Amino acid sequence: MAHSFRSLMLVLALLASTVHADETLVVASTTSTEQSGLFGWILPRFEQSTAIKVRVVAVGTGQALDIGRRGDADLLFVHDRAAEDKFVAEGYGSYRKDVMYNDFVFVGPKEDPAKTRAAGSALNALKAIAASGQPFVSRGDKSGTHAAELRLWKEAGVDPKALAGYKETGSGMGPTLNMAAATNAYTLSDRATWYAFKNRRDLDLVFAGDPVLFNPYGVIPVNPARHPHVKKEAAERFAQWLVSKEGQEAIAAFRADGQQVFFPNAKK
Amino acid sequence: MTQTLVEALSLLGSFDHRLLDIVGLSLRVSLTALVIGTLLGLPLGAWLAVADFRGRGALIVALNALMGLPSVVVGVLVYLALSRSGPFGSYGLLFSPAAMIVAQSVLVVPLIAAVTRQIVEDAWRDYAPELSLIGIGRAQAVALLLADCRFSLSVAMLAGLGRAMSEVGAVMIVGGNIDGYTRVMTTAIALETSKGDLALSIALGIVLMALILGLNIAVHFIRGWALRRYG
Amino acid sequence: MFPLRIDALRFAPEGRVVLDELDLVLPGEGISVILGPNGAGKTVLLRLLAGLLPAHGGSIVWGDAPRPAGRLAMVFQQPMLLRMSVFANVEFALRPQAMNAAERRARTTEVLERVGLAYRARDSARLLSGGERQRLALARAWAMRPRLLLLDEPTASLDPSATEAVERIIREIRTEGAKVLMTTHNLGQATRLADDIIFLAEGRVQEHEPAQRFFAHPQSPAARAFMQGELPWRIAFDR
Repeated sequence: MAHSFRSLMLVLALLASTVHADETLVVASTTSTEQSGLFGWILPRFEQSTAIKVRVVAVGTGQALDIGRRGDADLLFVHDRAAEDKFVAEGYGSYRKDVMYNDFVFVGPKEDPAKTRAAGSALNALKAIAASGQPFVSRGDKSGTHAAELRLWKEAGVDPKALAGYKETGSGMGPTLNMAAATNAYTLSDRATWYAFKNRRDLDLVFAGDPVLFNPYGVIPVNPARHPHVKKEAAERFAQWLVSKEGQEAIAAFRADGQQVFFPNAKK
Repeated sequence: MTQTLVEALSLLGSFDHRLLDIVGLSLRVSLTALVIGTLLGLPLGAWLAVADFRGRGALIVALNALMGLPSVVVGVLVYLALSRSGPFGSYGLLFSPAAMIVAQSVLVVPLIAAVTRQIVEDAWRDYAPELSLIGIGRAQAVALLLADCRFSLSVAMLAGLGRAMSEVGAVMIVGGNIDGYTRVMTTAIALETSKGDLALSIALGIVLMALILGLNIAVHFIRGWALRRYG
Repeated sequence: MFPLRIDALRFAPEGRVVLDELDLVLPGEGISVILGPNGAGKTVLLRLLAGLLPAHGGSIVWGDAPRPAGRLAMVFQQPMLLRMSVFANVEFALRPQAMNAAERRARTTEVLERVGLAYRARDSARLLSGGERQRLALARAWAMRPRLLLLDEPTASLDPSATEAVERIIREIRTEGAKVLMTTHNLGQATRLADDIIFLAEGRVQEHEPAQRFFAHPQSPAARAFMQGELPWRIAFDR
């Protein structure tokens, strides 16, 4: 019985694998990198020079880290510095390297009833939104974006849950923007996803540029000491490629809506 | 809105490459799940229909309940089972089409088993006295009944296929919706809609509805033809 | 397995008495016809003999043995037909026997010819008319070469010409040596077919004698009333 069960599983595994000589790499990343189109741009370049097929599972940063802890991915590419450092410190990741940053922007109704355009700083913009009682939509999904948003609220001295118009969607940037567009609410988005977002209705970019809104991304190969089955070499090659001249240039060349949204910042 | 519809229709008309890949994968996964679901569910349902043991009633109730299992629940359970940290992790099936096939099979088996059980049990009630008089043993009788009910069973299988093709929760969780690898019609619709890119969503939605409609039309014709041909 | 001896047979499901103190001795030749009012238990008796119902008292002895040594076949009022051809509906019944495929096919063709359905062998069985269905069911039973053939109202829903065809087949089966035990409502049919009449009423055998004598002089008052059509169509017990 056990023997035939194992055979069935092996047959399934065989069915699963397509017949090619390429190696495959499973990368757990965030919805912002996937939905902005960045991976669609840089991965073909990586695959061309290495014949490694990258498979991206795009989820919130919280889930990506969990996938890494379980050993279901070979490499993580996320944007929550504090959580990433903890991941490596706990021994799940081999190391963490800077790759790039993008920034967060505030979007809201184009009439801007909370007058965030004139806020002067990100924290002031949040205070203005809180004071005006305007609706604010949050991702609420433990993603890097969500973590950044909560940090900013805290530094602004506002408890967002106490706000009457605060709503959490528990989902990715796209659905959150959908909800903001539908309810004429403010929200915090990464610039790349905003540029790629097509269903804007009356939403517009209302505030950006404050350095506290910069959002750094890191690459972390999953530690083979913890999970011996991970594709150690392929993960190494991808991590090295991302911080190499070729990878950094590819990132810099990516355009969303005609604009550069990701800025390479790997340490030389 | 009409603009999006026009874009959607042109995607369909041009047999857009992405669209075809996604539809092809959906069919591959769901049809395989149907085959597995039938191979496991049909004998289970048939056995349950004619078997006689304590707890049979409870087992039938449980099977009928499993039919209505939410697909996300199945997704989470299969995810935990196939994860590297889980009991079947060493096969490395998570985030692959095989995982999606496993998850959809888990959805389809109870459905086919429960419906088969009902169909065969009804036929058994009608036929058992004569079959036993003729001297046909229980196992042979079950085989005969399955052949006799082949049209009703085909309809049950098509219902299973419909369930597999339209679910999104299980394949999203265990497949990871990986572009070009585990993205099927339902997960692609969910993703593209969330990105606000509705043209592809609508195009895929049209294909999916056409397939489901096609299934139901097939059911209708099977029933009608069977009645006319065999009475 | 003959003579078949039934002693004090009782069938009382959930306390409701259908047959009680039923005695009968059945010889191994000829056609025995069971007559009686509705609800008398005619069908129940056949099913008890076929082993489809459990007895609640009394005994059934086949010759010297508790079980029939030869083969039993039964044709029900609504015969079961598979969603297959006429041919297949006979052939499958021969599978439990020690015959190879060619022998089964040969026997099937033979009986289908004898009942006059050979020209419809490839047709779907469920699309046959009522009379054809009964002939098919008879063919299936006959193919098995039964020692005892039980028939439950074989022509109940048939028109006169179909009835005549079925009666002809029953006679042929009797001629080949099978014992036939059948029920019917049709007194004319009983006069045409029966070698002996078993009159069943109030849950027991009231009379069992050669057909001619029964029809000339029924002994019991119940039988006399039945023949005169005065018995109510349903009898209730208060035992």
